Amino acid sequence: MDGEELTEQETALYDRQIRVWGADAQRRLSKSHILVCGLKGTVAEFCKNIVLAGVGSVTLVDDRVVTDESLPANFLILPHENHYNGKTLAEVCCDSLKEFNPMVDVAVETGDISTFGVEFFEKFDAVIISCCSLGKKKLINQKCRKLSKRVAFYTVECRGSCGEMFVDLQDYKYSKKKLEETIECQIEYPSFEEAISVPWRALPRRVSKLYFAMRVIEQFEDVEGRNPGETSIADRLGVLKLRKELCETNSLDESQIPDALLERLLTDTREFPPVCAIIGGILGQEVIKAISGKGDPLKNFFFFDAMDGKGLIEDISGPSTRS
Amino acid sequence: MASEEQISAIKGAKVLMVGAGGIGCELLKTLALSGFQDIHIIDMDTIEVSNLNRQFLFRQSHVGQSKAKVARDAVLRFRPNISITPYHANVKESRFNVDFYKEFDVVLNGLDNLDARRHVNRLCLAADVPLVESGTTGFLGQVTVHLKGKTECYECQAKPAPKTYPVCTITSTPSKFVHCIVWAKDLLFAKLFGDKNLENDLNVRSSDATNLSEHSEDVFECRKGEDIEQYGRRIYDHVFGHNIEVALSNEETWKNRNKPCAIYSKDVFPDKLTKENGKTEKGSTTEDVSAMASLGLKNPQDVWSLAENSRVFYESLRLFFSKRQKEIGNLTFDKDDQLAVEFVTAAANIRASSFGIPLHSLFEAKGIAGNIVHAVATTNAIIAGLIVIEAIKVLKKDSNNYRMTYCLEHPSKKLLLMPVEPYEPNKSCYVCSETPLSLEVNTHHSKLRDFVEKIVKAKLGMNFPVIMSGASIIYEVGEDLEEDMVAIYAANLEKVKFFFPCSKNIKTINMNLFSFLQNVGLESTGIFLLHFSSLNYFT
Repeated sequence: MDGEELTEQETALYDRQIRVWGADAQRRLSKSHILVCGLKGTVAEFCKNIVLAGVGSVTLVDDRVVTDESLPANFLILPHENHYNGKTLAEVCCDSLKEFNPMVDVAVETGDISTFGVEFFEKFDAVIISCCSLGKKKLINQKCRKLSKRVAFYTVECRGSCGEMFVDLQDYKYSKKKLEETIECQIEYPSFEEAISVPWRALPRRVSKLYFAMRVIEQFEDVEGRNPGETSIADRLGVLKLRKELCETNSLDESQIPDALLERLLTDTREFPPVCAIIGGILGQEVIKAISGKGDPLKNFFFFDAMDGKGLIEDISGPSTRS
Repeated sequence: MASEEQISAIKGAKVLMVGAGGIGCELLKTLALSGFQDIHIIDMDTIEVSNLNRQFLFRQSHVGQSKAKVARDAVLRFRPNISITPYHANVKESRFNVDFYKEFDVVLNGLDNLDARRHVNRLCLAADVPLVESGTTGFLGQVTVHLKGKTECYECQAKPAPKTYPVCTITSTPSKFVHCIVWAKDLLFAKLFGDKNLENDLNVRSSDATNLSEHSEDVFECRKGEDIEQYGRRIYDHVFGHNIEVALSNEETWKNRNKPCAIYSKDVFPDKLTKENGKTEKGSTTEDVSAMASLGLKNPQDVWSLAENSRVFYESLRLFFSKRQKEIGNLTFDKDDQLAVEFVTAAANIRASSFGIPLHSLFEAKGIAGNIVHAVATTNAIIAGLIVIEAIKVLKKDSNNYRMTYCLEHPSKKLLLMPVEPYEPNKSCYVCSETPLSLEVNTHHSKLRDFVEKIVKAKLGMNFPVIMSGASIIYEVGEDLEEDMVAIYAANLEKVKFFFPCSKNIKTINMNLFSFLQNVGLESTGIFLLHFSSLNYFT
């Protein structure tokens, strides 16, 4: 336990949440540094949540210039020309986020983080990326894993009424309450690359169809060189063809990745605000748990589909990391 | 999901939100982002510092202002072209009547108390407007959908009532810290600082007829020429020493229980107190008055020793009498009153010490005494998302897909968000069902007053009842009643045989009982059959 006490200001502001996770967890949060890349609606929600929670700092990366397209699901962007004209997403979101909690350091980092060295990532306790290509996801995940310090790694993607979240806490030790006692636990996580390499036929039969559907689209974007999120209903035939190939390779029946599901994902490419709030909330909780070292973390995928209303956890890991 | 039908259903919808707090802020934001253009929002509260960890539409500079109004202003900043109508008002006000509710396509609750939820439930039923209910505590939350006739109403399943404790547990045999808190808050604090005319159980079992010359009422009054330290010691010795000794004298009570120890001030503080409390108070304004500050106790998370608790007891007592004299006799416990919290914490801890119950920090004591609900932003955000999804289904009349959704802290069968189909209405729900209620009344002894207080108000929760027997109104509560009617109703309350049967041989009476504002019973139930226990009534 660190020697520093929470200030009077912190105790007053964080009273209600300290009653949830305790003063010790709050102290750890206040010393944590979070890197966030890809500022669409879901990630905006997540940033709001962790800024309110009182993390030490949030570093935002997104050099895309704000356009009318960015507005719909992102409440951090105020639609006044003066506010966003010419600015990047990171800059605009930074200004808004600072207002939520003056005690949190919110800053902007420019450039393509996949070109940054491993030392850059050492500054952080958690890295969250979104709107990233498959290649970039794997690369950043690897950089986090190369460090001697444990850096938690998360990705999120939301398409229409669906959302997916991935967690890699590497070799994770934490404490939790069992009955009246506090016990120590340990979980090993696979990297993103390891997880998605698990042969589909090796997965439990009831695995969420959304997992497979997202992999198909991800692969399609990778193979076709598309920007993340740019695949649309116009690509339907190409996507279905890829599905067929992948299912054959994996000995998976094509009905496990229904047409209707893929079509939904290709039609509603924009984020749906209620799903952003839900995924951003779950992600916020997970990061808070990982930093405070308290409570069962999610392993390792989370899926939500507004169509059936289920929010479920899937453990996609090879035999060595299966819990 | 982004179909034309959906977009136009959302655009044209008129939505009522009740509550602009934890869930409300998240909900208003998500509704606005989702394309809703006509939102009304009711909230009677003003903004406090402890809200700011999750009610993100508010800033430090907004503390003291209306939640509904500030929430509206904040959302208009990123959605300037939509209409948000705020009401800084209590949802139970009469202007929010059935006609008001009928204007809306759906009502979304973000409330934190059962009473308001029941009220809104009944009005939605009367207006036949769909209601989406929700609640959160820490990491848990749920969203439920209620449509008249199709699903359960909010009251179909009994909701747990707030916990109460037996009087003797509080006054004589506490076994948990919460019992000590209730004693310190509702008895001691109330006795010393509250309305002296109110009944108080503090000395109920403690003063036997051993010393008749000592009037128990006078014990708590300051005596002539007594300085504050003497007064403080005398009170301390009375409640923690004398009262315990008196309780101990009753052997029966302690046969199967651990005996408490009496604690006297001379044992904890042999010397004069004023020397030890040398530190001057930080500020001279009422807000700064704090025993902790005065004693140099910095951390509300620390568990104080018996001596420290006793110091806080004296110092808070002293500060009340020297700095807040005017308020004494009118105070009720308020969790945001630092000095009151300090006093109650100290008193509860000394009592706990006496009874061998573990002591607690001020932080913990405040939570218990103030019934503070622990809350975080993330759960509220998740629940708000789920509410909007249900609201959209309601607008599309997508009734096969309505769901009650539970947000769990630990997954159940891989599910963290668990949807369940809504249940059908409970046929014996007195709020929404068609079945008449049956009550048995002893007509020789029961007054109308008993019926009104115990059944109508307490059990049925009707605050503004109108009771008719046959075609006459025998009792009603409401605004704008004429004085002579009020007098007649008051007289009726004392009557025993308060029903006037039309025919002498009937054994059951049809009585119309409806609540003027809530319309329970007016359209559906309407008739309560009373079965009389005494057959002699009709001879």
